[in-house]
Amino acid sequence: MKILIKNGRIVDPSQNLDSVQDLLIEDGKVKAIAKNIMVNVDEVYDAQGLIVAPGLVDVHTHLREPGLEAKEDIVSGTQAAAAGGVTTIACMPNTKPVIDNSIIVSGIKERAKREGYVNVEIIGAITKGQEGKELAELGDMTEKGAMAFSDDGHYVKNTRLFALAGKYITAFDKVLISHSIDPELGSEGFMHEGAISARMGVAGVPAIAEDIAVARDVLIAEYTGARVHIAHVASKGAVEIIRQAKKRGLPVTCEVTVHHLTLTDEACLSYNTATRVSPPLRSSEHVEAMRTALKDGTIDAIVTDHAPHAPEEKDVEFRYAPCGFCGLETSIGVIFTELYHTNLFTISEIIGKMSTEPANIFSLNAGSLKEGKPADIVIIDPNKEWVVDNMKFYTRGKVTPFNGKALKGKAVATLVAGKFVMRDGVVCVK
Amino acid sequence: MAKSNISLSGKDILDLESMSIEEYELVMQTAAEMKKIMKRDIKKVPSLRGKSIVNLFYEASTRTRTSFELAGKYLGADVVNITSSGSSVTKGECLRDTILTVQSMACDAIVMRHPIEGAANYAADIADAVIINAGDGAHAHPTQGLLDMFTIREQGRDFKNLKMAIIGDVLYSRVARTNIAAWTKLGADVHVAGPMTLLPHDVEQLGVTVHKRVEEALEGADVVDILRIQLERQKNGLFPTPREYARIFGINEERLKLAKPDVLILHPGPMNRGLEISWDVGYADNALIRKEVENGVAVRMALLFLTLTGGKKIENLD
Repeated sequence: MKILIKNGRIVDPSQNLDSVQDLLIEDGKVKAIAKNIMVNVDEVYDAQGLIVAPGLVDVHTHLREPGLEAKEDIVSGTQAAAAGGVTTIACMPNTKPVIDNSIIVSGIKERAKREGYVNVEIIGAITKGQEGKELAELGDMTEKGAMAFSDDGHYVKNTRLFALAGKYITAFDKVLISHSIDPELGSEGFMHEGAISARMGVAGVPAIAEDIAVARDVLIAEYTGARVHIAHVASKGAVEIIRQAKKRGLPVTCEVTVHHLTLTDEACLSYNTATRVSPPLRSSEHVEAMRTALKDGTIDAIVTDHAPHAPEEKDVEFRYAPCGFCGLETSIGVIFTELYHTNLFTISEIIGKMSTEPANIFSLNAGSLKEGKPADIVIIDPNKEWVVDNMKFYTRGKVTPFNGKALKGKAVATLVAGKFVMRDGVVCVK
Repeated sequence: MAKSNISLSGKDILDLESMSIEEYELVMQTAAEMKKIMKRDIKKVPSLRGKSIVNLFYEASTRTRTSFELAGKYLGADVVNITSSGSSVTKGECLRDTILTVQSMACDAIVMRHPIEGAANYAADIADAVIINAGDGAHAHPTQGLLDMFTIREQGRDFKNLKMAIIGDVLYSRVARTNIAAWTKLGADVHVAGPMTLLPHDVEQLGVTVHKRVEEALEGADVVDILRIQLERQKNGLFPTPREYARIFGINEERLKLAKPDVLILHPGPMNRGLEISWDVGYADNALIRKEVENGVAVRMALLFLTLTGGKKIENLD
C-alpha cells in the first residue's frame, strides 16, 4: 500500500523541516519526503494549501475504559482523537478498576489495538488503587508496555512514598507524572481563587496550592534522579519553579493544557459547569505566564487533558459537577485560533509542542516524519473556519467550554500507520 | 410610580449586580406602595389572582420563605411550598428535572433557595417561569439586598458617600456579596472587616476597603451590617473559638460608639446573640432588624408584582 501526499506544506520539527514537498508512505511508514515524487501509488492525496505534520501526540487523556463507559470508551475516545488529528494518546489510570497492574495494562493495550482508531499508550498508577499507600508494580507494568506512571488526580501526598517511587523508577527509566496540587490547601476550592471567585461566592483554590506541590516534586526529582513530568501546569509560580529547575539541569518536564493557554477564570462567571476543571481556569496573568513559558521552552508540551463525563454528571449545579471536559476534537482549532492566527507562535512551534516534544519526553516512536517512522500524520487546513458544535463530537463527553466558539484551523485528515482514520472530519469505518 | 420605561416584566431576579439603578428605583417605589397595602386592615389585593408561585427551598429558612409566601398571598396568588427534605429530591431527582416538573404544573414563578452558588442562574437557563433567587450558596440574595436598601432609604439616608461597614463572615455570605454589589453601585463607601480567614482573598477587588480589625471599619460608620456567623465555620478551623470571636470581632455597644451616633444597624438574621451581635445591640433603637423583616414582605410583593404583571398600573392593586 502506497500513498502519496502531494504539495503539502510539510512541517516536521524533528528534522527542522517546513517547506512544500511531497510525502510518500509505503507499508505504513514514511518512505520519502522530496519535491515532485513520481511513483505509482494506490492513492494520491492533494494537500495543496494544507499542512502535513506528524500526528499529534496527546500525553494526557482519559479513555475511561474499563468501568466508566458512560463517560467514554476506547472506541469513542480514539474516534475523537482521530477526528482531532491526534494519532497517539496516553490514557490516565483513573479507571474502575485502576490501571495499577500489568494485566490491565496488557488488556487495554490489546483492546485498543483491536478496537481503537489511533495509538493508545498507557499511564499506570504509581500506587496501588491510586490510594497513595503502597507502590504499584511499576516494573511489571513497564515490562508490559506502560508509558509512564501517575496517580493522576491524586497527588501522592506522602512525600516519603513519592521519593520511594522516584528512586525505584530510575531502574526502569520511566517518567513519573505528577498532578501537582497541594490537596489540603486546595481541598475546599472549586475554582481559581481571586477577584472572580470573590465575586461569585465560590470557594477558591489558591494558585500557591500548585506552586507548593510543584516545588516538592522538583526537589524529589533532584533527590532521586527520577524524571518527573508535571501534569497540566497552570500557575505563574509553578512555571517559574520549573524554569529554575530546568536551568539547574534537573530531569523535570511539564505540559500545559489547551484551556489553560486560552481561557481565564472569567469563563466561570456564568456558573457553566463546562468550566469546572482541575487545576482551575486561572486569571489572565497566569494565562500570560503559560504562554511565555511555552515560548521560552519551560513548558515542553501542549495536552488536552481530555476528560469526558456523562451528560447527566455535568448537567448539575456548579459545585456538584466533576472536573474536566473533552478536548481532543477542539485542540487544533483552539490552538491555531488563539496562538497561530494571533501571530504568537509558528506552526512549527505548535507541532513541536503538540507532537514532537511530548513524543520525545516519553521516548515514543512518534512525533516525526523521518524516513522509516510510522506514517502517523495529521493534515491540517490552517484557514478552515468552523464553529464548535459539541453534538457532532465523537466523544461521549460532549461538554466543553469552547462549544459555540468560532475557530480557524482544523484537521482535515488523519493517518495512523499509513491508513486514513479520518477524512474531512469524518472518522473512517474500521 | 416610576415614569420611566423600565420594566421587570418576565425577568429573572438572580442578583443585584446585573440589575440597574433604575430597576432598583422601580422596586423601591413599588415596595413603598406595597407597604401601604400591608398596613391595611384587609391586606389582600387581587393583582396576582390566577398566578401561581412555587417556593422551592433546598435550605432551611424562616423569614425568607414565610415572607415570600405571605407576599404572594397578600397579592392574591396561589403559593405552594416545596422543601427538598420532603420532596423527590431525597429520591435523587436532579435540579433540572425538579424545575421542569414544577414548571409543568403551570407555575408562573419559582422562588428558589439553594446551597450552591449559581444554582439560580442554572435554574433560569432551564425554566420559562420567572426565577427569583432567594439565596444561592455564598453568591447572591437579591431580595435581602433590596429590603436592606429599602430599609436604609426609609430612614431618609441616601447611599452617596455613606460609610457602610460590613462585619463578619463575608467569605460565605451571600448577603455581603449582594450588598457590596448594590452599595458600591449606588456610590457608598463600603468597608469590610472580620477575621481575615472569613474574608475572601482579593475581596478589595470588589471595590471595598478591607480592615483587619472591626474598630477601623466602625469608625464613623453610617450603617453597620452585621453578618451571621455560621458555627460550622469554627468547626472548620476558620477562627479559634466563638468566645474569642465575640470578644474581638463581635459588635457590642462599646464598639458601636466608634460609629456615628445615628448609625443604622442591620443584620440579615437569624442572629447569634452574644456571638456576632451582643444582646443589647440587637434591641437598640437604631437596630433595624425587625424593620428589615417587615420591609422584606413589601419588597417581595413588589418583585412578584413587577415580574409577573409587568407592574402595569399600581391602581390595579386597589
